[in-house]
Amino acid sequence: MASLDDLKKRILSVKSTQKITKAMKMVAAAKLKRAQENAEKGRPYSEKMNNIILNLSNGISDKENAPKLLAGTGNDKVHLCVVLTSDRGLCGGFNSNIIKKAKAYFSKITSEGKNIKIITVGSKGYDQLKRQYNDKIVNKISFKESKNINFFDAEKVSKIIIESFQKNEFDVCTIFYNKFKNVITQIPQAQQIIPLKSSETGNENEKDNYEFEPEEDEILGNLLPKNISTQIFKAMLENSASEQGSRMSAMDNATRNAGEMVDKLTIQYNRSRQAAITKELIEIISGAESL
Amino acid sequence: MSEEFKLDIVNPEKSFLSKEDVTEVLIPAYEGDMGILKDHISIISFLKPGILKVFSKSGEDKYYVEDGIIEFKDNTLSILTSSIFNLDKIDRRYVSQSLSDTEKLLSKEDLDDQRRFLISQKIDVLKSISSN
Repeated sequence: MASLDDLKKRILSVKSTQKITKAMKMVAAAKLKRAQENAEKGRPYSEKMNNIILNLSNGISDKENAPKLLAGTGNDKVHLCVVLTSDRGLCGGFNSNIIKKAKAYFSKITSEGKNIKIITVGSKGYDQLKRQYNDKIVNKISFKESKNINFFDAEKVSKIIIESFQKNEFDVCTIFYNKFKNVITQIPQAQQIIPLKSSETGNENEKDNYEFEPEEDEILGNLLPKNISTQIFKAMLENSASEQGSRMSAMDNATRNAGEMVDKLTIQYNRSRQAAITKELIEIISGAESL
Repeated sequence: MSEEFKLDIVNPEKSFLSKEDVTEVLIPAYEGDMGILKDHISIISFLKPGILKVFSKSGEDKYYVEDGIIEFKDNTLSILTSSIFNLDKIDRRYVSQSLSDTEKLLSKEDLDDQRRFLISQKIDVLKSISSN
């Protein structure tokens, strides 16, 4: 049985851990609010972009000669997977959930005899994937320095993707991220961005008669790379909201668990203190009796 | 009959501007400047660097844009751009910085005509801003 001193020390250490987790929870809650606002503010842009692309791809007359970013290379051999994770830990199952989803996809693709290539964004994803898939990781990107998520970071990622696409290094590109539903639930998502899936861009509404200036093809050629940046940016925003939400609930749980532990330890401490007192009393009484 | 339509300018990060009482917008479109009034035909186009003018009842606003996409449909004009600045509040330092950056870009040789055109456009506009 632990001595009174040991118990006291343990209670103290659990209490200070609790303080840390509580502070982290508060910070995450404050950041979550901002991240959530950002994610909501970013939505109109990506929605409008999606709409325009949808209208354009409906309007395009010559489907055969459509830009490759829209139509694909015609092959399905090499899959590029962009795994978006966080740079910091202590956020519950946030990173593991994305990795789990990505790994399931990897094994599905490899079992079909196709090749995969991986780009990790965020250091935690790289840490978790490097053991098993080190030879598949072609690039790792981390935005530890940038405090806020900004569009330029997303453009950097999409530039890498597009450049490698133009060199015919892959046929299909999928991004993995957590979609923010609410504080407790984040849904890991796999979204294919190259070639663009028409089913995901929404139901086919009636064809609008648009005037295009310049030609459809030229607009599409200009727009599709932008759309990739936009999609990645959206994923990054959703991810950051999810990360904070996940961290908040994880830290909330940790604080509660620490509280429970403190209660338990305190009871144990009081009991052993009581036992020690009783023991001393018995010793005194029996000592007095023997006189 | 009112002659007003709706204007939405959105950045990737946020909604930049939303106005319901716009009467005319002058757009530096890729193939030449373009004025949009109410009941314009549905159109999609993209922007070159230039000055975007918005006329509304409350007056006239000018913005400097670098790139973007516009869509006009059902009397709503949506402008998607990642770089737009209100001309009255634009940072002089940013203008001169961007001007020298762009001029450096032009001196590189491996440019196709399209890029060259866009860059020289940008320089012209930036110069006219900084001379004001």
